[in-house]
Amino acid sequence: MKFQSKRIHHHHPLSPLSSSNLFDILTEEIVCKILDHLHEDPFAIKSFSLACKSFYFIESRHRGSLRPLRAELLPRTFHRYPFVSHLDLSLCPCVDDGTLNVISSTWKATLKSINLSRSRFFTNAGLSSLFINCSGLVEVDLSNATHLTDLAASAIAEARSLEKLSLARCKLITDMGIGCIAVGCRKLKSLCLKWCLRVGDLGVELIALKCKQIRSLDLSYLPITEKCLNSVLELQNLEDLVLEGCHGIDDDGLSTLEQSCKSLKMLNLSNCQNVTHMGLSSLINGTEQLQQIILAYGSSVTSDLAKCLYTYSKLQSIKLDGCIITWSGIKAMACLRAPIKELSFSKCLGLTDDGLSFLVQSHKDMRKLDITCCRKITYTSIDSITSSCTSLTYLRMESCSLVPKEAFVLIGERCSFLEELDATDNEIDDEGLKSISRCSKLSILKLGICSNISDEGLAKVGSRCSQLKELDLYRSTAVNDVGISAIADGCPALEMINIAYNDKITDKSLISLSKCGMLKALEIRGCLGVSSTGVSAIAVGCKQLTVLDIKKCFNINDNGMLPLAQFSQNLKQINLSYCSVTDVGLVALASISRLQNMTILHLAGLTPNGLAAALLACRALTKVKLHASFRPLLSQSILGYMEAHGCVFHWRDKAFQKEMDPKGWKLHFGKNSREVA
Amino acid sequence: MDLEEKVPQQAPFTQHQQKWEDPSILDYSTRIKPPFQPFNQTHPAMLSDNQDEVLIQDGAVNELLQASEVQDWDPSAMLNNLSFLEQKIHQLQDLVHLIIGRKGQVLGRPDELVAQQQQLVTADLTSIIVQLISTAGSLLPSGKRTLSAATPSLEQSGQFGGVVFPSAQGLNDGVQPQNGCGSKVSELPNPVNVSRKNGNEQNHVIEEHELKDEEEDVEEGESLLPGTYELLQLEKEEILAPHTHFCTICGKGFKRDANLRMHMRGHGDEYKTPGALAKPTKDSGSEPAIIKRYSCPYVGCKRNKDHKKFQPLKTILCVKNHYKRTHCDKSYICSRCNTKKFSVIADLKTHEKHCGKDRWLCSCGTTFSRKDKLFGHIALFQGHTPAIPSEEDKEPAGPYDRGDGDQAANKIGSMNIKFSSNVSSETEAQSSVDIKGSIDDPAGYFSPLNFDTCNFGGFHEFPRSPFDDSESSFAFLLSGSCSYSQKSED
Repeated sequence: MKFQSKRIHHHHPLSPLSSSNLFDILTEEIVCKILDHLHEDPFAIKSFSLACKSFYFIESRHRGSLRPLRAELLPRTFHRYPFVSHLDLSLCPCVDDGTLNVISSTWKATLKSINLSRSRFFTNAGLSSLFINCSGLVEVDLSNATHLTDLAASAIAEARSLEKLSLARCKLITDMGIGCIAVGCRKLKSLCLKWCLRVGDLGVELIALKCKQIRSLDLSYLPITEKCLNSVLELQNLEDLVLEGCHGIDDDGLSTLEQSCKSLKMLNLSNCQNVTHMGLSSLINGTEQLQQIILAYGSSVTSDLAKCLYTYSKLQSIKLDGCIITWSGIKAMACLRAPIKELSFSKCLGLTDDGLSFLVQSHKDMRKLDITCCRKITYTSIDSITSSCTSLTYLRMESCSLVPKEAFVLIGERCSFLEELDATDNEIDDEGLKSISRCSKLSILKLGICSNISDEGLAKVGSRCSQLKELDLYRSTAVNDVGISAIADGCPALEMINIAYNDKITDKSLISLSKCGMLKALEIRGCLGVSSTGVSAIAVGCKQLTVLDIKKCFNINDNGMLPLAQFSQNLKQINLSYCSVTDVGLVALASISRLQNMTILHLAGLTPNGLAAALLACRALTKVKLHASFRPLLSQSILGYMEAHGCVFHWRDKAFQKEMDPKGWKLHFGKNSREVA
Repeated sequence: MDLEEKVPQQAPFTQHQQKWEDPSILDYSTRIKPPFQPFNQTHPAMLSDNQDEVLIQDGAVNELLQASEVQDWDPSAMLNNLSFLEQKIHQLQDLVHLIIGRKGQVLGRPDELVAQQQQLVTADLTSIIVQLISTAGSLLPSGKRTLSAATPSLEQSGQFGGVVFPSAQGLNDGVQPQNGCGSKVSELPNPVNVSRKNGNEQNHVIEEHELKDEEEDVEEGESLLPGTYELLQLEKEEILAPHTHFCTICGKGFKRDANLRMHMRGHGDEYKTPGALAKPTKDSGSEPAIIKRYSCPYVGCKRNKDHKKFQPLKTILCVKNHYKRTHCDKSYICSRCNTKKFSVIADLKTHEKHCGKDRWLCSCGTTFSRKDKLFGHIALFQGHTPAIPSEEDKEPAGPYDRGDGDQAANKIGSMNIKFSSNVSSETEAQSSVDIKGSIDDPAGYFSPLNFDTCNFGGFHEFPRSPFDDSESSFAFLLSGSCSYSQKSED
């Protein structure tokens, strides 16, 4: 024993001398290689390190990234992992200055990145000690730190080697703080200031003047004008520029720009209603590298706008979601010099068959197409798309209500490289589904509110699409246990499935789905045929389960909760509303150490005491949705204690809904009324 | 008079410059010694209300001055003169005291006595003024200019004799408005008579653009070719004199256009016509004027005509502000922060308006009243960073006691109130004089006699310089006449 511990401390390669342990034959290098391949399953590393002392030791030295579940346990685990360079605290809502002090004194310059985007309670004092001690920090995420002020920004400015910084929603930080960061963090390459409402032209301008290496800049929703853009465009390395919702930017201002940014690759001008083709052309004037342009919810797509984009030979992607599309605009887009690979027309009400057909014929190399809610397009468009763009990998066409079921056959026949198809709320039937099952690379298939599909079509998908990861069958009411079984049998990679509001589904479906070891998210809302038995099977079989929604599954009771508590240690989020779960089941669930998010409305068997016990036992909770009637019944000290530990309560006052279909969904399935919520 | 010639090109300036460089002139020894004698002789004439007579006297004085020009300046004679003047002033002071003291008693039949008193005072004053001029004149660099400067002063002194004090009551009345006038003088570096809306552009520019004009000049990047404009170079003394109206012929400055017009009569008969003397109407400036630009007398300055990249100044006001800001001591210290110094009093006033509101702080300790100025500063200097006040510092109190500053700012106003109330009673009026004198601004109270201003040290219109005495002697006349015009307009 003495010998072994000595060896550990001196980092010697493991020798075969301790013959009692076969694992010692492996060199440290090999063990590290093995560890590198164990990222898929969070428990794999755990069991690996528990195999023997040497593995434990090597794993603790090898570990570079840490994503702790509870910040309060950190001080005790720090010494185990001395070489952590990436610390993700996104699971820890409660990170105070003390924790940051411990972190900074433990890892010092080793630490390269830290994520505090979901954490609260720390102040500028903690940040100051972090940034002074951890001089090697390259990446910091402080998004959502709405309590941070300029003092925190001046603390950030101490991080001299910082390259990537996100301050999204840091609404109290002003130009002054940004000025500090600009002066201090000269190596910044990526900066996100989205929603930093107090940062204006002066701050952004100083960033552009001082941080010359910036590649990516997100200025969304800032009250900035064109004044700062001259300096921004002067940045030699700028590739991504996001100006979403910058209402202070308009054509007049942009026309005064003298600079052009040659390195720019992506420009996002979404929600900039004051910018038309005039402003756009002065903004992208001279940007030879432009690859992607996003003009969603902006001015209408006219021929002038399209002509602005004519010369950009490297342009690949154009997103025009929510824009008014004109025929002349489409014609001009068809003439673009560059072969467009990605087009997005989501909610473009003006998009017609003629326009779309014309456009896709001149951009045959299209890979991604989004025509969500383009309610004017018909069979003609799908015919043109599928015959022109045969290498399409991504097609989103939710609620294209005039597209008939025959069109989906074409998709399967012609676009065999399809990886993602969103056919939600469409006329697709089993014939279409059978055709689409030819796309053997299909990974995401959304068939919500497709009442024409049944087990027959699903069986084909199950037999051919072995790479399927996501399947959405929300309110696809013709589907039965047989179809689900076929999917479960043929798609072992399945990670997410939604079978909500299907009263034909029974425990059989869940039992077959329990074979899908990778299943992470299961939604079976309103499946009256499902009971605790099915849930138990899932709990036992799907160890990776993180999200479970069993709302309105009235037949699920405490018997389903106990196996979940025992086996589903990865469960993070659960919706139990309307289930027949009582205090017992809830308290049992509370033992799941990772459980963060619970929705518990209208649990008939729940008492205030049971709820209080469950809340106190559940240490990782960050968000709990409760019925408002519990509020006066719970002790204030309990609520205060929970809130102090980072838990947020959402009180809902919804009335109990007895009916499964309170909004009359079944009545809306007719062709003429598709007001789907 | 060499300066009387219009100088359209640079050549005359060179000439002028040469003249300056002549050491015999520079040591100021060529100028006169002002014998009191001749002035005493003029005294009886000055008593007359007749302006023409005074003008004749002007001529006489000129002759005298010219005659004395060759003689060397004698400091001891100067001292004698000054002591004599001091004595005379004290005498006059006593006389005025007496008048004030008796005023209550003579209320019954004022006219006769008042007229006598007024004549007496006027005569004494005139004599003092004239003597002062001659004393000061001895210090002026150019004897010839001394004359031209002296001439209008005498005219004004003539006015004093004739118009200012029509009655003893006038003297008393004079006190009250003078307060307002005096405070105005102390507040504004270049008091402008707003009521005179003559065609003089400078006059209008002054108040609003005082701080900007020089910068504007730079920004516009004027591209006037040399030779397309008339280039003038005022001398330091003229620049530092508190004038705003300048003679286009000799460059002499005046506080009021009326005085300038009076002065112009000395330059020839064409300026003596009633039309030339009348208030210019607005459209009189319609004739195309020769563009004038100005050169700073400071050799080596970019605004000096000999500089390689010479940029002329646009107006005389530009010259004045430029010279004061660039080549003079910053003698005005902000009473609030006690750190910022200015050479132009208007700059101080502007600063004081915002002093203490400087919440934009740089790590180097510099404060800015505007955020964009701070950010410009940070953009310019490596290593400077915005200074974020720590939470403890966020208390409402500034770096210094704001109360004091406000008090200082209100000082002038409160003084005015005090004086006007004091004036209501004659006996207290005297005490108010003392108070005022002890404070620092006698200019207002004594305006008819405010040649004292510089000696009192209160009228800090410009920094002291070796020429101080001579300057002030001109200043007093002009500010005196200023007070006069102000009063006569009331």
